[in-house]
Amino acid sequence: MISLKKYSNLARFQSLIALFVLCLVLALMTDNFMTADNFWNVMRQISVNVCISVGMTLVILTAGIDLSVGSVLALCGAITAGLLKNGISIPSENLFIGFTVFGVVITGLLSGGTLGFINGYFITKFKVPPFVVTLAMLTMARGFTMLWTKGHPITGLGDSFGFLGTGWFLGIPMPVWISGIIVLGAVILTSKTRFGRYVYAIGGNENAARLSGIPITKIKIWVYALASMLAAVGGLLVTARLDSATPNAGISYELDAIAAVVIGGTSLSGGRGTIWGTVLGAMIIGVLNNGLVLLDVSPFWQQVIKGLVILLAVIIDRSNQKGE
Amino acid sequence: MEPLLEVQNITKKFSGVTALNHVNLKLGRGKVTALIGENGAGKSTLLKIMSGIYTDYEGTINFKDQVVQFSNPRNAQDLGISIIHQELNLIPYLTVAQNVFLGRELINAFGFLEEFKMNQKTKALLDRLNLKVEPSALVSSLKVGQQQIVEIAKALLTESEVLFMDEPTSAIGESEVEILFTIIKQLKAEGRSVVYISHKLDELFALADEYVVLRDGQVVGHGEMNQISREKLIDMMAGRLVKVTKRSERTTSRELILQVQHLTLRNPGNPLRPILKNINFTLSKGEVVGIYGLMGAGRTELCETLFGLRHQSFAGTIILDGIETNFKSPKQAIDSGMAMVPEDRKKDGIVPGMSVGENISLTAINKITKFGLLSSVLQSKLYNKHVDALKIKVNSESQHIRNLSGGNQQKVILAKWIERNPKVFMLDEPTRGIDINAKNEIYELITQLSGLGISVLVVSSEIPEILAVSDRILVMSEGQITAEFSSEEATENKIMNACIPEILSK
Repeated sequence: MISLKKYSNLARFQSLIALFVLCLVLALMTDNFMTADNFWNVMRQISVNVCISVGMTLVILTAGIDLSVGSVLALCGAITAGLLKNGISIPSENLFIGFTVFGVVITGLLSGGTLGFINGYFITKFKVPPFVVTLAMLTMARGFTMLWTKGHPITGLGDSFGFLGTGWFLGIPMPVWISGIIVLGAVILTSKTRFGRYVYAIGGNENAARLSGIPITKIKIWVYALASMLAAVGGLLVTARLDSATPNAGISYELDAIAAVVIGGTSLSGGRGTIWGTVLGAMIIGVLNNGLVLLDVSPFWQQVIKGLVILLAVIIDRSNQKGE
Repeated sequence: MEPLLEVQNITKKFSGVTALNHVNLKLGRGKVTALIGENGAGKSTLLKIMSGIYTDYEGTINFKDQVVQFSNPRNAQDLGISIIHQELNLIPYLTVAQNVFLGRELINAFGFLEEFKMNQKTKALLDRLNLKVEPSALVSSLKVGQQQIVEIAKALLTESEVLFMDEPTSAIGESEVEILFTIIKQLKAEGRSVVYISHKLDELFALADEYVVLRDGQVVGHGEMNQISREKLIDMMAGRLVKVTKRSERTTSRELILQVQHLTLRNPGNPLRPILKNINFTLSKGEVVGIYGLMGAGRTELCETLFGLRHQSFAGTIILDGIETNFKSPKQAIDSGMAMVPEDRKKDGIVPGMSVGENISLTAINKITKFGLLSSVLQSKLYNKHVDALKIKVNSESQHIRNLSGGNQQKVILAKWIERNPKVFMLDEPTRGIDINAKNEIYELITQLSGLGISVLVVSSEIPEILAVSDRILVMSEGQITAEFSSEEATENKIMNACIPEILSK
């Protein structure tokens, strides 16, 4: 009995151990890995994926999936950049609306929320599988991004907006602050509130959740809205860092997010997993990317290795589940 | 005395089939009411209406002298009506306390969950139910019996005035049953009303004040429990004073096709309660053996074991046509001459998106293959042969099977097995959800098959059906064969008596 308990505790920390081993190996094999510069570099790189992955975790906990996050990121980034640079002008009415940085940030987030609400609405009201609805959104949002940007990057957004992506505050990069606050908020949301409890319950046994009087539709719509809103945050960070909203930003980001969630031990069939696990998953991917670059591994091999890591993580997770 | 809950003229139909027909029921304060009936009599449907799970029905529900119309189960719970379901409805990866409080979590002023308080309250509830598990334990780590107690705790949390219990003892042991009974008596003393569904008549006699018997969706009797005998109750449940038609006497061959010896099936969830215990029986060439039992008696599991679906957990000997077998998969079983028509036609029987012709040829794919490619000409031949022979009503070969009636779907499934010319044909609830004419055609077909020397095992929870087709009848209860009758000695009452588990009378 006791050994079994030990084993399951070990399983819970397996991602942490994996991350530690990975860092140790890289520290021994490269000169540059264990430097402050590289540390903040990695942290800043993963912050976008962390934002998206947190939302993806919520979705996957309800036994859903959101494939649209990469496109939503691009569209919200483009909307933000466009409004900030050009505002809205309607020449016939002789009307011009300018936006402050604060204003575009709010608008960007609300656009994300709206796109997610649409996802959730179709998934719950028309009982279309999340895979299909969000696949459709992936295509549509990308199309709207192209329309909005006319296929060209929107650049020259100003320093105060750029601060969100490149600035430092109290010795920590802004993207790390933002993703850190999101992680803390999500941890509280999932573990300390009714909303979080219902997310787990729906993924664990939707029918039982319904019979317990849980408002399934409402919760699910909120989950998809949150996921897209967090993708929009990612969009802001990417746009601010590059000082440019490109129409093909965020392509295949959904895959990195799903990978982080899965490596972090969240079950794709829903009901089990944690935000911390996902953060670790995102860190493992980030450190792996960084390490492979430092080790001068060819980008082609990097992809192969990343794929193998995902496969390995799921196999380990599977065998843990069997053990229980 | 004023009833606490009263239902009047409740009628409920499922896609045209009447499940409840003008049912009236009164539940008094401080009373335990036994709701009795055979499988499919409408007991669970009635409970689901009274607890807000089914919301479209005709008739009215009065609760405390007011007409109520629930829009969801939460609604009913808030008014003080709770249900403990037959199937466990817990979230496996949440803790005991999280499950007990699901949907009614305690939160503090900041909107955060009061985990500590909920754990404490759960602990108190569990103590009352004498369940020694931690509130913080994951439900998935509990035994099935313990999970059932958690379900009960969940219902007790809301201090409901009316509690429905649908077979609450089907998964728990004797000591837990005793605790449950103590609790029920306590609830009764507090003036609450309990409705108790169970197949175990002894439990009902030990607990209930009143009884209501349902048959075919209608109330056929009600009264006080201490004024009715066990025999009378069974008569009422079985009903059908009309003589059932038994199949005519025939002599069957002495050649044994199937011998099952000491068959035991482990229960992975609970090693102490095997699913099947020491099953012994034989099946002769061309013989039809009927297996009757209540839900959960192990009938389906027996068929699945014979079909190679449970090879990891069974022990015993299965001899098919003189050869000892140990099928590791349905494919092996089929190749050796077994066929099975599964209980759940929609889920396990038909391939809904495929045509009638494709469904028929599933088991005979080799026969319609030419040079390694499927031949539509050969498939049509196969289709025409069976559609004519079994009088399947279908527009064309390419019609989707899901658009056929239940009876015709079942005939297609029979056809695909007949094509294999099996030695042993297992039919699990072959006429469930099928209209009366198609039923009779299937009975006729069973007789024809046995005439061709095919041995047939028919599993059914309808006694008239068993009597209509069987040469010999086995009755199962709690994983064991409890009685065997020849077709001439079998009667409804004898079968009913043999199938009711007697947990408490030991």
